[in-house]
Amino acid sequence: MKKIMNSSSDVLRFCTAGSVDDGKSTLIGRLLYDAKGVFEDQLLSVKRVSDRRGLSQPDLSLLTDGLREEREQGITIDVAYRYFSTPKRKFIIADTPGHVQYTRNMVTGASTSNLALILVDARKGIVEQTIRHCYIASLLQIPHLIVCINKMDLVGYDQDVFEKIVSDFRDFAAKLDIQDFHLIPISALHGDNVVNRSLQMDWYQGGTLLYTLENVQVANDVNLLDTRLPVQTVVRPNTVAHHDYRGYAGRLASGVLRIKDNVTVLPSGLQSTVKSILTPKGPVEEAFAPQSITIELDDDIDISRGDMIVRVNNQPILSQDIEAMICWLGNTPSTIASKFAIQHTTKNARAILKAITYKLDINTLQRVENQQDLQANDLARVTLRITAPIFYDSYRKNRVTGSFILIDEGSNNTVAAGMII
Amino acid sequence: MKKYRLSHLEELEAESIYVIRESFAQFQNPCILFSGGKDSIVVTHLAAKAFFPANIPFPLVHVDTGHNFPETLEYRDNLVRNLSARLLVGYVQDSINQGKVPEEKGLNASRNRAQTVTLLDTLALHQFDAALGGARRDEEKSRAKERFFSHRDEFGQWDPKNQRPELWSLFNGRKQIGEHFRVFPISNWTELDIWQYIQQENIPLPSLYFSHERACVRRGDAILAMSEHITLRETEYVENLQVRFRTIGDLTITGAIESSASTTEQIIGEVAASRQTERGNRADDQRSETSMEDRKREGYF
Repeated sequence: MKKIMNSSSDVLRFCTAGSVDDGKSTLIGRLLYDAKGVFEDQLLSVKRVSDRRGLSQPDLSLLTDGLREEREQGITIDVAYRYFSTPKRKFIIADTPGHVQYTRNMVTGASTSNLALILVDARKGIVEQTIRHCYIASLLQIPHLIVCINKMDLVGYDQDVFEKIVSDFRDFAAKLDIQDFHLIPISALHGDNVVNRSLQMDWYQGGTLLYTLENVQVANDVNLLDTRLPVQTVVRPNTVAHHDYRGYAGRLASGVLRIKDNVTVLPSGLQSTVKSILTPKGPVEEAFAPQSITIELDDDIDISRGDMIVRVNNQPILSQDIEAMICWLGNTPSTIASKFAIQHTTKNARAILKAITYKLDINTLQRVENQQDLQANDLARVTLRITAPIFYDSYRKNRVTGSFILIDEGSNNTVAAGMII
Repeated sequence: MKKYRLSHLEELEAESIYVIRESFAQFQNPCILFSGGKDSIVVTHLAAKAFFPANIPFPLVHVDTGHNFPETLEYRDNLVRNLSARLLVGYVQDSINQGKVPEEKGLNASRNRAQTVTLLDTLALHQFDAALGGARRDEEKSRAKERFFSHRDEFGQWDPKNQRPELWSLFNGRKQIGEHFRVFPISNWTELDIWQYIQQENIPLPSLYFSHERACVRRGDAILAMSEHITLRETEYVENLQVRFRTIGDLTITGAIESSASTTEQIIGEVAASRQTERGNRADDQRSETSMEDRKREGYF
């Protein structure tokens, strides 16, 4: 029998960025097909449509472009999620389109990713678009980056071309906040170094793309130091068997929690100790992020949704004023003094835009000051005042307690994604 | 050092439970759409875990087309009893009797499309503002773009081009009066994940999923279970086949596959080796290239 995932398999979530011509669809198509993420009936349907359009080869972008308008116009509208697995890992791909609403879509896809896969055309080297992609990956604090130098077949599989791009990339990466990156010479079209090792590039000693995806260490990406449990809901069975049970349910944002730990409940500041911990598998002595758990405390404290349970000697920052980098997602612009609903962990409040410190020109990475409004796809550093204090960590330290969204109170649309500095 | 890491099933489970708890916390009156299929069974199992030791704090809703496999109904009633859950049933026959939706005629007639009307009526009747479903993004191409929290307008319609961006694990469930949400807690699971989880948790399933002998009729590439709702064409005939079902919907549209897999483990082996998607033999998906998107826009599951 074929080997499949087992209890030692884990999950890697990654996003792919690229535009129409860099071979991204071909690469994903090959990865999915070679790793059995595509089925025969899906491929047959792609071939049928490609034939009808008079294409000589199956257009693999049809695998990811599912909506009627996308198929008709040959464009990608939205982030699409794709899945495949090997015996080592389950992979979740957030595939983001390259042209329309570029920044907004990549920020969305990147927010849940541990790894970003970026494509560079070997003939062109590092271009403006590469800089944009890498900047967003670093802004969203994606811990791992794979840069595929694609179309190596079109430069004669030349090692010098690859080394030049590697050297350019290292210079540029030093300016960004990227810790772990891998550069791989590939040809998505011919399959060199995607799943199978290239016979044309024996000078390359590193792993293939799939090997690298399978072996990137993601266990260390979880913050296990700062214990944070945002309370989602209170579990009260009110049954004879569990008459006095009062459990606080939530997903550990970070850290480890053990029975008898001394904890503080925010915002009240009241202290207690952990009496019991329940996971989906049953009662445990110790839980860790990102488990979904329900805990009981030894004391009867008034706790509700939006509160946060933390360790007594390791507490988040408590403030009503925050500085953040935001990405404007809304179609209508916004100005200083506008008010929004803010959602941060399980807490809801209202916020007012106090100041725009600068906007970032994503093509040059230059700061542009004296800006009065925020438009779709803008990245900006801002100051917000919130109606009630929130408990947060900087986004660099904690991607869960350091992120928030802003919601337009009229339309109820999500209009901004924020990362607290 | 001790390893603090989750297996792929544990991570998916933690995410789904988080989503189910968010639905309970953010909406006033949620429900679970229960079809009797393995995906909605897994969602119900996860909901029971999310609120344990309390019972699931919202009802299960079943849209009954009248074309059910009897095994599905029996399973449903047992499950509801075991979980001390509340069950509400909406009947497609009622919608037909009330003249809200015509009964399809002809050889390929099904009540698949009619379900949408009954579903929306049932949600409106009980004033549900969120319906949790077992749809997965890997099932079908238009579902690949679904959100966890999927907004529906006052007509129950889905606007795929105008969806709210969904970042981190911050789900925006705000809505106007009359609008509702569909919530998909197992969005990130694949068919293989579902089966591995069923095995790990030892979740009982309707017998239809396992190999059995059944009177069937071959129609096109599909194998359909013979029943009173199927009209034989001239060239068609009934034969006894060793089959099981990969998905369970209406009797009239759910295709069986020839299989001897009679345990969860054997099914996992079969799914892992399969080169066809599980909806590949659903007649409802094959009416056109974008038939799922069209039905979803109208308010289908």
